[in-house]
Amino acid sequence: MNAPVDYLLHLADNALILGQRNAEWCGHGPILEEDIALSNNSLDLIGQARMLYQHAAAQIGKGATEDTLAYFRDVPDFRNYTLCELPHMPLMAATSAGDRDFAMTIVRNFLYSSLMVLVWDQLQNSKDAQLAAIAAKSLKEARYHLRHSRDWLVRLGDGTEVSHAKVQAALDQLLPYTQEFWSTSPQESAALANGTGIDMAALQADWNQIVDEALQEATLQRPAAGGFVPTGKQGIHSEHLGFVLAEMQSLARQHPGATW
Amino acid sequence: MTTTLTAAEQAWQLLEGLSDPEIPVITLRELGILRDVREGAAGLEVVITPTYSGCPAMGQIEDDVKAALATAGLQATVVTQLAPAWTTDWMTDAAREKLRAYGIAPPHACASEKPGAANVVQFAARGAKPEAVHCPQCGSANTTETSHFGSTACKALYRCLDCMEPFDYFKPY
Repeated sequence: MNAPVDYLLHLADNALILGQRNAEWCGHGPILEEDIALSNNSLDLIGQARMLYQHAAAQIGKGATEDTLAYFRDVPDFRNYTLCELPHMPLMAATSAGDRDFAMTIVRNFLYSSLMVLVWDQLQNSKDAQLAAIAAKSLKEARYHLRHSRDWLVRLGDGTEVSHAKVQAALDQLLPYTQEFWSTSPQESAALANGTGIDMAALQADWNQIVDEALQEATLQRPAAGGFVPTGKQGIHSEHLGFVLAEMQSLARQHPGATW
Repeated sequence: MTTTLTAAEQAWQLLEGLSDPEIPVITLRELGILRDVREGAAGLEVVITPTYSGCPAMGQIEDDVKAALATAGLQATVVTQLAPAWTTDWMTDAAREKLRAYGIAPPHACASEKPGAANVVQFAARGAKPEAVHCPQCGSANTTETSHFGSTACKALYRCLDCMEPFDYFKPY
């Protein structure tokens, strides 16, 4: 039994796009250790994406490979959460690298890894044996990403006035995007129906607990979520994904088949 | 008397001593990366498993395997197998001792992990006390984590508060 291709792409695109985003810190980390940490986080995420793309490509056939899926699809084909594609900047102030905000990075990684520890744990029981194997590997990495981002969330939240304000602002901006986790998409419904996917709504209580415990320890206030629910996983993205793809795909598109 | 080895047996002999490209003090077999050598339908198959999903050494490992076999004129397909997921629990005691002697604190066990303890595979709840990581230089348990991530995906950076030496800790995974 194989998971629907679109479902595999949803999981893979989340990992690839967040991995690409976190890699923007490579060479620009606030301290050397965090530069290394975020690059390692990216390495894990891109590794997860590769395994999922390979699995999807085998089902698609017709010459599809992990590379064609990563580099030769366009914005509407991507199935990632909008949360994963947002820039590291608060409130779209600017697009220059100097405005990269570490608090945004940490809050996003925390919100996402809090979800993925639950998702990968459940997907270990997927009827898609290869997806279950990928989940078992990815779970270990997601737990470590959660540990890393949660430590920083607490350190910044329960830190100085400035760090607290920055991380609270990042939380206020990013938390509403997590509503997308609980909305349903056709690929998630299809995967749930054939036993290869999971019921996302059933994870919400556990996710809330992970998040609320950490926010309390970090002395942060959970903002109200409501209103607009993002639709990235259905291919309707924010304006930011196009820029991510332009940078990520340009080399492969200018030099198709290039190797080194 | 001479014994004729099968291609798989010969391949095992060649691959047995192959070391990890990033931690040359231990072999791929001791690390648990080299899983199996077998006769497949299309010839010899060498089964390897990745450590971390994005471990950049996997390509090098595949090349090393092929190069080692080529010295005896053998050819093989390298098969990557994910399940069961690689764990540091597969590392032998001898391999752990080699790591320690090399200056890397070996990983704690994952499978026998006490509830609430902090490590890679078991997320630590608030107030959980992580197991002490002993300094590979002086043996002291008085050490502190400097960074969650170290020089390779599989290691974290620690510092000994007694002998003051920084060192790598092979994370339980």
